[in-house]
Parts: sequence; structure tokens; C-alpha cells
Amino acid sequence: MGKMKRREFLIAGASLAASPLLVSPLLAQQRTIKIGALYPLTGNLASTGLDCKRGVEMAVDIINGKYDLDVPLAKTEGLPNLGGAKIEVVWADTKGEPKNGQAEAERLVTQDKVVGAIGAYQSAVTKTASQATERLKVPYVCSDSSSPTLTERDFKYFFRVSPHDGTFAHDQFAFLKDLEKAKKQKVETVALLYENTEFGSNVGKEEQKYAKEYGYKVVADISYAANATDVTSEVGRLIKANPDVLMHASYITDAILFTKSFKEMGFNPKGMITMAGYLEPGYLPAVKADGNAVIIRSTFALDLAKTKPLVAKVNELYKKKFGIDMSENAARSFTAPLVLADAINRAKSTDAEAIVKALSETNISGNQVLYPWKGVKFDPKSQQNIYATGTLVQIQDQQYVTVWPFEAAAKEVIWPFPAWKSRK
Amino acid sequence: MADQLLQQIVNSLLIGSVYSLVAIGLTLIWGVMNIINFAHGDFLMIGMFISFWLYTLYGLDPLLSIPICAVGLFLLGMLIYRFIVSKVMTGPGLAQVVVTFGVSIFLANLAVMLWTPDFRLIEKPLLSGTWTLGAVQLSVPKFVASVGSVMVSATLVLFLRKTRTGKAILAVEMNRESALLMGINTERINALSFAIGSALVGIAGAFLSMYYYIYPQVGGLFGLISFCIVALGGFGSIEGAFIAGILIGFVQTLGGYFFDPAYKYAIVFMVYLITVWIRPQGLLGW
Repeated sequence: MGKMKRREFLIAGASLAASPLLVSPLLAQQRTIKIGALYPLTGNLASTGLDCKRGVEMAVDIINGKYDLDVPLAKTEGLPNLGGAKIEVVWADTKGEPKNGQAEAERLVTQDKVVGAIGAYQSAVTKTASQATERLKVPYVCSDSSSPTLTERDFKYFFRVSPHDGTFAHDQFAFLKDLEKAKKQKVETVALLYENTEFGSNVGKEEQKYAKEYGYKVVADISYAANATDVTSEVGRLIKANPDVLMHASYITDAILFTKSFKEMGFNPKGMITMAGYLEPGYLPAVKADGNAVIIRSTFALDLAKTKPLVAKVNELYKKKFGIDMSENAARSFTAPLVLADAINRAKSTDAEAIVKALSETNISGNQVLYPWKGVKFDPKSQQNIYATGTLVQIQDQQYVTVWPFEAAAKEVIWPFPAWKSRK
Repeated sequence: MADQLLQQIVNSLLIGSVYSLVAIGLTLIWGVMNIINFAHGDFLMIGMFISFWLYTLYGLDPLLSIPICAVGLFLLGMLIYRFIVSKVMTGPGLAQVVVTFGVSIFLANLAVMLWTPDFRLIEKPLLSGTWTLGAVQLSVPKFVASVGSVMVSATLVLFLRKTRTGKAILAVEMNRESALLMGINTERINALSFAIGSALVGIAGAFLSMYYYIYPQVGGLFGLISFCIVALGGFGSIEGAFIAGILIGFVQTLGGYFFDPAYKYAIVFMVYLITVWIRPQGLLGW
């Protein structure tokens, strides 16, 4: 409750402070640098949006304060090349809708005069928001939307740090091949299930492509509306198709609803490999043990701390600040502000062209990020991070544990999935 | 194949009857007052949260919180009518639309503020699990919710037909001026109908809370579908709303099963559009 009030207050305060009449632009530039952050802070995805927001807040704390961490800008207060200027985030609520993404991005640039933007979690929203910033010539760094098309638009001002669904879809099939080889499991058929907006439908396309390439038969290809109140007809189709493996790209409400319906109607494939919704912090508390065994594509899990001490250190700070462990969402959203601030610092300026040039020269090493990547470096044409890769986590005893790539696995993968009755 | 078809028919009935109960409250309010209560979906959400908190804080099973949800929402409906809706009853039409819309936004945001936007589920309700009847999997809480919805709807129809107050409500619904001339206190009937309509959706909330997730925006699509059901059944017609609710359950479930699930809501709204095109007064409207 306290947090919500503070958010409202911040938004109101930020819009007041944004009035160009109140602050001389030159003075403002020396003290704080504004970046805009777009997230679904209310509406269906509000719990997700707040989670992303926490990740961004953590990153901004690290940039503005002094921390003994191997993360860009941690050891100094603010941006050293700009006289210690602090980063100030102007929040914008997309309510989870593409039209608001565009309107809010325009507002951030024209009224709040932000020098860069981050967000917006849902690919469909990121798409419209980044169209607005592209037109207004403001850099946009995204680390939480995964639709491949976002970096296929030849945009000059748009950069993506996190892996896209093409990579993730590829990983899912590579995992199946590994599974067949290493664990002597037989998998022949897959069913594709995905929500029908930008995110899900592109996942579906990529999965079709890789299924063909890897030689798996697609026995069902089902898209659905993520805000559905009832999904029994979708589950009925899946039962009829009887696949070995289900691949599901969902948001949170539909992930919960499908899990309950799978159990209720007794849909029990050998395995389920999923995306997004099943990783939301709201998912496990809602379904508890019914979530066990589900496999999810991921970039982050707390057990990475075993091989990456940075994960433990950042999570400790995070836990102190918010009272909960860092989730995958928070960890993904954490990176965009760091990459953007690092570029602004190297650009030594808030000029858009200078920032874009610095972004294209970004070279952050693997031990400075929270994921098992080689680092951050953008492809000169698509401006997608060439080092971004995915992992798969599995829910075991209601915890997310890394199970693939097998060499980075914290625990052995459970396969085939146990019958519903024995998932405790 | 035939097994799945049977399963889908059962599922249609299960979801359809709950839709009916949600929509009946809405149609009652519309019939008596000619007001569309846009906060109807949010009332559903409040009902679900009452049930959730009674379970979480006092261990009260959702089955036992049904009467509490009914009374709670009855009072909430009464208060909102007395202090908000009645003020604009004589005002311009637009004000009547906007006022319940305002209540809707207020309630949803209040819920976010009080209870965070997180998703909740009642973990171990008394009724859980599934019965296997031949090839059909029957979810116990959904079945009970469905039977309960039919019973509550039938009780409402009996109440309207057999009691003096019920007949007074029907009289106001048919002709407000004549009812007034017959000595019926229409203001009291308004408040009562608004409260009963709210209580019905509160009961639906308690039923849904046995198996559905709960969060501040949960009322959104339920509200939208119930507007569609009310229009389809005929504005103000209880029986119409009941039949239309079941019908929408079938259209949604079978439409999703036989055609493309991505379009199931499109099919629902298409059926609605075609019906009002051919029969603008709805199935049982006059």
C-alpha cells in the first residue's frame, strides 16, 4: 500500500518537475538526467509491471550510489563523465496496452524531455512505444521484450539487450534433442499453444520453423486470447491432439488458468516447455505444487549464484530494499538502465546521436551482467545483443532451478513429468 | 473425439450457468432503473475478495461465505445507490453512464491499493478435485457453482413472481409511472433492486472464488460478457439473461473447440451482434 502511494506521488511529482518553465534546462542537465520507463503499472499485468519496476529501481540505486560491485557505474556516484549527474526515472503507465505505449512514449519525450527510454515488457507495447521514440529520435534500450520482430525493423535508436524468442524457441528444440541424446528419451510430437498478440504469435512462428528444422511433428497449433475467462476448449483440443510435449507462450493470468485446467481435465504430456507467464512472481504463489515440473525459458535464476558471485551480491541488495528475492523479470529489467546509463556516460553528453554512437560501441563483459552470457555487444545492423542466450529452468519443489544447458544445470531435469496425482 | 465433445458440452454448461448468475444481477438493475451498472464486474471482484479474505484470515470456506458475500454486496449496493446513483437518476443520461463508470474505476484502483495487484487463489477449498464420470472430467467446485447459480436464479424468479415486494419490482420494471400511481414506493424499489442485483453478483463471486484466481481487474471480461448476455437475453429479462448466459457458454466453448480458440470471443460478440440486428429487443425482451 505504501509503495502504491509513493508511486502515484512520484508520477505526479515527476510531471510537475518536468515543466520546462520551472527548471532551467542547463541546470537540470548537470544535476539529473531523465530517462523514461514504460511499464504496465496498472491493469492485468500490474503485478508484472511492479516487478520490472523494482529491477529498474535497483539498477538506478546502483548507478546513483556507491557500491562495491563489478557492474558499470557502481563504484562511482552518478555518471562520472557528466560531473556525477544522477539518473532520474520518469515512470509511465502503459496499462498493458499498445496505444498507451505510444502515447506515453510521446509524452515522456515531448513533455518530460527524457534523453532515453526503457521498458515496456510486452512486445506489442514496446513495438508502438519504440516507434514513437524512433520518430522523435530518442534512444530506446529494451531488456524485457522478446519478440524477434522488434530488432528486425532497421531502427536507428532501438537496442535490445535480452535474447529474443527466436533464440528461445531454438533453445527449446535444442533441449529436446539433448534430452533424447543424453537421457534416452523419445520425443516425436509437439503441440504449440500461444497467446495471440505480438509476443505469442511470433513465438508460434519461430517454433514452427525450428520444429521443421529439428524434425519434430507439430500436432496442434493453437492461439488464444490471453485475457480469456475459460480455456477448457483449448485444453480439449490439446487432449485430442495428444502431443509428447507442449510448448506454451503465455502471460500470467492465462498461465494460471491453463495450469488449473490441465490438472482438472487431466492433460498430462511427457513434458511442458513454457515462456514468460510461468516465471512471473505471481504464478507459483497462485498454483503452488501444481506448478511443479514445468520447464520455462529464462535468462536468470538465483542458483546462477553458484557460478556467478555477482548474482548473490545484487540479490542481497535487492532483498534488503524490497524484502523479496529477485525474479527473472526484475533481473531482466535491471540491465536496460545500466546499459543506457553506461552509454550516456561514455557519450559524455545527453545528445541523442552521441548516445546512439556510444550504445553501438557498448562492450560490457560477461562478469558484469547477471546472466550466463559473454556480455553485451550490439549487432551493428539489428542492434540486438549478440551475446544474449537463454537457459531453461524447471520448477522443482516450488523453486526455479536451472536444468539446461546440462553443463550449467543446478539439478537434474525431471522427465517425463509425473502424473498430476503425484505432483506434490 | 466423441468423448471430448461431451466434455466440451459439460464445460459449456458449467461456465454458462455462472455467466447467467453474473448477468441476472445486471439485467435486474437495468430493468428497474434503465441504468447500466458499469461497476458490475468490480462488484464481482469485491465478492471474490470478501470470500478470499474470510478464508485467509478466518479459515472460513468459500461455501460458507456465500451468505456473507450476499449480505456484504447487498449493503454495498444499497450504499452506492443511496449516495451516488440516486443523485443522478434525474440528471442527464450521460451522467448516469459516467457515474457507475467512475465507481468501477474507483473500486478497481482501491483494490489495487488495499490488496496489491497480485493474484490469489483459495488454496484448499472444501470442494476441490474432479469426478470422473465415464469419459467426462467434472470439476467439483465448478459443478457446485453451476448448480448453485441455477438455484439462486430460480429463487430470484420465485421471489419476483410470488412475493409482494417482488411483484412491486416487476411492476416498476414494466411501468414506473403506473407503479407510482398504484402507491408503490419506487425510490425504495430502486434501492432494493440495486442491492439485490449487487447481492447476486456477490454470490457469483463467492462461487467463482472456489476455483478462479482473484485480482483487482478480474471483473473486466466478466463484466463485458455480462453486458453482452443482458442485451442478448433482452434488457431487463431475467429468464432471457439466464438462457443467454448458457447460450454464450456454449458459443464460447464449442466455438473455441471447433473453430479457432483465438476467435472465441469474436464469435461470442458476433452472435450478439447478429441477434440484436435481427431482434433488437433481445431473445425475451419486449
